[in-house]
Amino acid sequence: MIRGIIALLGLAVLWLLMSGLYKPLILIFGALSVLLTVFILNRMDKVDGHKLGYDIGIFATLKYLGWLLIEIAKSNWAVTKVILSGKIPDQQKMFEVPVTQKSEIAQVVFANSITLTPGTITVESEDDIFIVHALEFDNSDMAALADMDSRVSAIETENAGGSQ
Amino acid sequence: MSALDMIVEVASWVAILLGSAFMLIGAVGTLRFPDFWSRVHAVSVADSAGMLLLTLGMCMQGGFTLVTVKLIIIGIFLFITGPTATHAVANAALVSGFLPKGADAFRKPKLIVDKETKKIKKKKRSPLKGKL
Repeated sequence: MIRGIIALLGLAVLWLLMSGLYKPLILIFGALSVLLTVFILNRMDKVDGHKLGYDIGIFATLKYLGWLLIEIAKSNWAVTKVILSGKIPDQQKMFEVPVTQKSEIAQVVFANSITLTPGTITVESEDDIFIVHALEFDNSDMAALADMDSRVSAIETENAGGSQ
Repeated sequence: MSALDMIVEVASWVAILLGSAFMLIGAVGTLRFPDFWSRVHAVSVADSAGMLLLTLGMCMQGGFTLVTVKLIIIGIFLFITGPTATHAVANAALVSGFLPKGADAFRKPKLIVDKETKKIKKKKRSPLKGKL
């Protein structure tokens, strides 16, 4: 029920922001489409009942996002230098990175963070390791990824992983 | 035009030009790098820095309007779907056995398909074969 109301409010706000037309007829169409969407969501919930766990704290996530943007800027610069220097990247390596997050969503955040920072890509996610490919591997990369891993683990809430 | 408008204008053009530069660098890297695995990395420069800076610059051009809201929503979606798409491409390469040098330890075991399944799959792929 609470999820339904949140979905209703979220979709209504999204519609209002995306539309920009506030004539009565258009508003009625918008309200109808929002209601239809929530109705279908509710029905589909009865079919599979799989709920997406949301086990990360909002403020911790925002703080992490700020740190991530700085990391993206740094590694962008590193990859830009490789591209413009004209040399062939010969330090490519594929390796495993241990994963300590318990909830699915935090693992997604970690995997996407690895891919977002240029120079590293998450290739495969298994139970407690990710297979990562790096463009210019050096030994400090493992420590940097472990640091990122602990930062992502820090944004999880206390009872993470319980809702799966 | 007041001083603040001027600053926003200059900052937005700096962001747009820098973003375009990163897009170009990504394109150059994609053409210059020797193999698939390094090219994926070159694309991710355009995907993160180029996309973020371009959206930021356009947001500043838009000011406090609905256009800016839409741009922010576009930025958030691209921020999530960009790395997901990159991951999908790289994962497809791994699963199909296209690995970089020295990474044979990560090769997936080959799927063993028996004759019966193969026949069914073939039929599904071209259901009208021989009937026309």
